[in-house]
Amino acid sequence: MRSLRKPSVIPGFGLSLGFAAFYASLIVFIPLAALFAKAFTLTWAQFWDTVLHPQALASYRLSLGAALIGASINLVFGFIVAWVLVRYNFFGKKIVDALVDLPFALPTAVAGIALTTLYAPQGWIGQWLTPLGIKVAYAPLGVVVALTFIGLPFVVRTVQPVLEELEKEIEEAAASLGANRWHTFRRILFPALLPALLTGFALSFARAVGEYGSVVFISGNMPFKTEITPLLIVTKLEQYNYAGAAALAVVLLVFSFILLLLINLLQHWSNKRAGG
Amino acid sequence: MAGNVSTLGRRTTRINHAVTEPLWVQLSLITVALVFLALFLVVPLVAVFKEAFSKGAEVYFASLVEPDAWHAIKLTLLAAAISVPLNVIFGVSAAWAITKFRFRGKQALITLIDLPFAVSPVVAGLIYVLLFGAQGWLGPWLADNDLKIIFAVPGIVLATIFVTFPFVARELIPLMEEQGTSYEEASLTLGASGWQTFWRVTIPSIKWGLLYGIILCNARAMGEFGAVSVVSGHIRGQTNTLPLHIEILYNEYQFAASFAAASILAGLALVTLVVKSLLEWQHTRDREKAARAAAQQS
Repeated sequence: MRSLRKPSVIPGFGLSLGFAAFYASLIVFIPLAALFAKAFTLTWAQFWDTVLHPQALASYRLSLGAALIGASINLVFGFIVAWVLVRYNFFGKKIVDALVDLPFALPTAVAGIALTTLYAPQGWIGQWLTPLGIKVAYAPLGVVVALTFIGLPFVVRTVQPVLEELEKEIEEAAASLGANRWHTFRRILFPALLPALLTGFALSFARAVGEYGSVVFISGNMPFKTEITPLLIVTKLEQYNYAGAAALAVVLLVFSFILLLLINLLQHWSNKRAGG
Repeated sequence: MAGNVSTLGRRTTRINHAVTEPLWVQLSLITVALVFLALFLVVPLVAVFKEAFSKGAEVYFASLVEPDAWHAIKLTLLAAAISVPLNVIFGVSAAWAITKFRFRGKQALITLIDLPFAVSPVVAGLIYVLLFGAQGWLGPWLADNDLKIIFAVPGIVLATIFVTFPFVARELIPLMEEQGTSYEEASLTLGASGWQTFWRVTIPSIKWGLLYGIILCNARAMGEFGAVSVVSGHIRGQTNTLPLHIEILYNEYQFAASFAAASILAGLALVTLVVKSLLEWQHTRDREKAARAAAQQS
């Protein structure tokens, strides 16, 4: 152990790292490794048949498409919410600020049944949309609504601290050099906030791709139409097709890892911006 | 230092009009933000309580004391009571190792801690089914020894631990990184033992961050649906947690009872948000106090 680390007077290195590594391997690393092992009990042909099956492809399209739309809605409105919370004063601001985290605290099943009830044809919101020919619950649009809800806090919470740290002097300098407000926003503020905006977008997207609880209630779960990838995994599991479920899980995981890598790169870029 | 800050404040107020938006823009942006949040957050929250009481308070309370509901509440509390303390011990030791020492493989450990956030809840449940299920790697051995993990309480606890795994560690690592090692080093130089230093120096300085992590960890532990749903087997009165109980009632069209159970979890979410905000304000106040003290000294 000792050769692994730089010398320090503080005790407890072996104990703390030993326990942390043991626990992390037991809970996270070994089970995930078992998943990959299970998926590759399939032959290559079987694996590709499972993950490229038309029903699986339809589920990727819905999961990724709805997550992308949800994250885009959150990008625009999350930015406005963050801006309003940092720059303006209004009655009840602190309560609004606290409420933004509701999707983190509210269990997804509760969100799922609440949104379904609201957007069902007779629901509070649904009854106004049905005459217009807009179907939300039990349709792909419902998936978008659920994924927008669960990804809502990410953009707000990544942009907010960066906006708070921005020095007003830069805006003052721009204004005193004759830039109008829109110009200052577009040329000074927006580029400074871009890394944080993209990080929030990616986090919201990553969370939405794997989401299950809130979506299963509102989507209606029709194969090829409103079936998300996590639901397809559950279906395979219920048919005792463990290797098939594992294969789809590997696809979902690889996609999440790529996103995680992207988010880390974005954060690195963001930190470098802030430091420089 | 302090003098500098106040002149800066005065200067910004003087030319404020050049660095802010016209009033109509401000008002429209505030309106857009509030309408968006009302539509996506407030209306669903109100709907939960409205539906829960749609058949009157009597039905509401009857559906909560009904045996299956009561069992689900107890199981949810049990799962949280096991998984939260375990993740606290893990979070503190991981943060201690990562922030107090420099060692090879540190980045790998940090990535491993973040991993459960990137994994779909369904996949989180699936990995334990593949390990401990009847068809899993350890399935035959568990069956021989009459041990049951999947479709039983241990599986629910494991899945809950997995999805709440990063919370405490993620709160503590940046906090302890910022605090550095000088206080611990001073304490050790003055003759305190390692454990004394940990309990009397480190723990008091991280207590708010720790509590913050515990609150978030607990909220997720009690509300987890996807991962627990995969490993539980949905056996009524045995392996149903509160979120799963909500689903069963909802699928049986017992909407009032389902929303009654949901209202407990929604209440928990609101309490979580209040405690979280209080902790954040406490943290800001502590910081300002420390900054003022530092300014006075210099």
